[in-house]
Amino acid sequence: MGLQLARWQFAFVTIFHFFLVPVTIGLGLLVAVMQTLAYRRHDAGWDRLTRFFGRMFLINLATGVVSGIVLEFEFGLNWSNYSAFVGNIFGAPLALEALIAFFLESTFVGLWIFGRERLSPRVHLTTIWLTSVGTILSAYFILVANAWMQHPVGYKVEGGQAVLTDFWAVLGNSTALWSFAHTILAAVSTGAALMLGVSVWRAYRDRGVAERSSLFYRAARFAAAFMLVAVILTAVSGDMQARLMDTQQPMKMASAEALYNTSSGASFSIITIGTLNGSRPVFQIRVPHLLSLIADLSWDGQVQGINQVQAAEAAKYGAGSYTPVTWVTYWSFRLMVGAGIAMIGLGAWALWGMRRRHFLGNKWFRRAATFGIALPFLANSTGWIFTEVGRQPWVVYGLLKTSQGVSPVPTADVVFSLVMFVAVYAVIFSADAALMVRAARRELDDVPSATPAPPGDAPDEAARVPSLIY
Amino acid sequence: MPFTPLETAWFALIGLLWTGYLTLEGFDFGVSVVSPFVARDDLDRRLCLNAIGPVWDGNEVWLITAGGATFAAFPLWYSSLFSGFYLVLFLVLLALIIRGVSFEFRGKIDDARWRRTWDVANFAGSLIPAIVWGAAFTDFVTGVRLSSKGYTSGLLGAVHPVAVFGGLTSLSIFVLSGSLFLALKTTGELSERAKGAATASGAGAAVLLAGLIVWISAAGRPPVPDQLPVAVPLVLAVVGLAAVISATLLASTAFGSARREGMAFVATVVGIVALMGATFSRMFPAVLPASNASAKGGLLIAAAASHHYTLVVMTVVAAIFTPIVLVYQGWTYWVFRQRLTRPPVRSGVGV
Repeated sequence: MGLQLARWQFAFVTIFHFFLVPVTIGLGLLVAVMQTLAYRRHDAGWDRLTRFFGRMFLINLATGVVSGIVLEFEFGLNWSNYSAFVGNIFGAPLALEALIAFFLESTFVGLWIFGRERLSPRVHLTTIWLTSVGTILSAYFILVANAWMQHPVGYKVEGGQAVLTDFWAVLGNSTALWSFAHTILAAVSTGAALMLGVSVWRAYRDRGVAERSSLFYRAARFAAAFMLVAVILTAVSGDMQARLMDTQQPMKMASAEALYNTSSGASFSIITIGTLNGSRPVFQIRVPHLLSLIADLSWDGQVQGINQVQAAEAAKYGAGSYTPVTWVTYWSFRLMVGAGIAMIGLGAWALWGMRRRHFLGNKWFRRAATFGIALPFLANSTGWIFTEVGRQPWVVYGLLKTSQGVSPVPTADVVFSLVMFVAVYAVIFSADAALMVRAARRELDDVPSATPAPPGDAPDEAARVPSLIY
Repeated sequence: MPFTPLETAWFALIGLLWTGYLTLEGFDFGVSVVSPFVARDDLDRRLCLNAIGPVWDGNEVWLITAGGATFAAFPLWYSSLFSGFYLVLFLVLLALIIRGVSFEFRGKIDDARWRRTWDVANFAGSLIPAIVWGAAFTDFVTGVRLSSKGYTSGLLGAVHPVAVFGGLTSLSIFVLSGSLFLALKTTGELSERAKGAATASGAGAAVLLAGLIVWISAAGRPPVPDQLPVAVPLVLAVVGLAAVISATLLASTAFGSARREGMAFVATVVGIVALMGATFSRMFPAVLPASNASAKGGLLIAAAASHHYTLVVMTVVAAIFTPIVLVYQGWTYWVFRQRLTRPPVRSGVGV
């Protein structure tokens, strides 16, 4: 009971956090690129778009940051035995994330928000780039930590603890590097999908004001280009991950397809209706050889089945179930891949169609772009649900089971904290969503400020009054 | 069990991270707590929030770094502390959540009720941790009841009278520090009122702190081998008390020059640093000291520490990046060194 509650709590606070994080990473990078364009080309249009999307970036960042603080302590709160076991190794990337990434991000975002009139345009531009670098570095360090749970390297087990033997092996873990690429590219896709949806809608809504509408049209094309490239690369990096998974975590690969028996030239089911115990699919659409292609890039490659991996792991680690909840892995994998494919379609359609302005008159495209905002969120969440559920029953693959990692905290305390987390997160998420919608509806700032006021224009005293941001 | 110099250095470094955290976030908590009492209108309120606006988030990262560094250098400290003090930490995290979003959310909708909601969140979200951190560190200094499973007495076991007293002491010190920061960063009546609040909270802080020092000294704790002479933390605590008294006197003297506010603020920084020094030197060589003799001093440095290689890696990383962080955080304070003034247009009052 306590274990299940701890799992629900960790899942809830993590999924909530990662709902927001990709927006921060993706939108942060896109806003930095926009501000660079504004600076390089002395273009007030890009500057106004920078402010418009910068506002959305900041609203989202605030909620992302606070939900991230919880995660720094969540391992100790609910997973103290896990923490004691892995701290020698797992703690280091977490500490590095705070020291190298969070300080950078939080300090420079403060300078970016408040420094617009205090810093030279060049330095101000640097602050958003350093903020963006901070968000990307933080992803790297936390993925190093997560990758070690998926595929432990550079360690030995001594006295009931995993002890670090090679820090570079931990930082250079193949699982971490591909997962980092996949996550960052997915984040750029997320930011771009959001920007695309908002821009297409605004370009149409503001069609009465040609100058505003064309700015959003510009942003929409900018976002579509980023999205298409980023989603395609996300798929490529995901495929690399699948191949690593095939050797590192064969059970996860098998359960992604609910493939019960080892097969060569394994097919991939797009959709299955019926029982999932592998015996009686009522209705299936199958693509021949696709699973083998995903797993090891060969037409007739062998993919291990759940039954065989289960038997092998039971022989290696002792009796017990080594099979994750297969319907969760099966469907989360399909939703992730499906959402990704839909995004490739949307990005290509947007980029092709928007060669001409009047394409915005296409109602179906506008709807697709708006609903397309939901796709990356679906893919991000299901992707992580797949990764984490697929590792079960392990918390550290092959070394420690999830059931062994939990804290001896009274169940009532966990019930209380879980209920409160849900309640408080519901409130701040509603506020965040309401503010994002308002920000999307908001007029473009009408003050072009890339050009500072000419000297002597304002009285010295008034010029020194700092403007209030909050 | 013997402990190595490197382990001792990491214990000290984690002490420094907490010191940095409570020194910095201490004043921004203080500003949030005192602002309802010194702000006369919405503009004053905004001036208060904007005074800490560019820096509070960076200040808070000191906490996250302290958490991460504890995890890496002392896994058993991290795991036993945060699972043991589950509800206490949970309460702080909730407070920090609602506080963190309140800054960004408050001004985004022009509606009195909306602003009021996030003002309350900002106040409560600062008040709770300002009390809890003081209470928690008082618990550590006096020791907590440890069984073979670690600390298991829950929330109620952490709320002793002396811990509550410690919490009120930390609150009053942070309000003193925050009021002085606000007095430094603003002008006119707001600055004057902040100075008044500094005097009042400083007087309270001095009395509470003196009482706390006596109380903790009288309570004592089962001795631990290798612990520092009790005089070390005691002297540091008295230095802290002297600094708090000096800050209060500097704030209250009717000279009113910026220099005195600055000196008073520096005095509170010295005070918090000395008090954290007292706290950690009193805890040494335990990371989680026990109040019951049967626990043999509690969780000790050597038992809680990571292996040598991890500590070496962390030392190299910290040696490279900590100076860089200090430089750019310091630069932020320099960029935003100006006082915030009520815009003449809105207030009708000259500068």
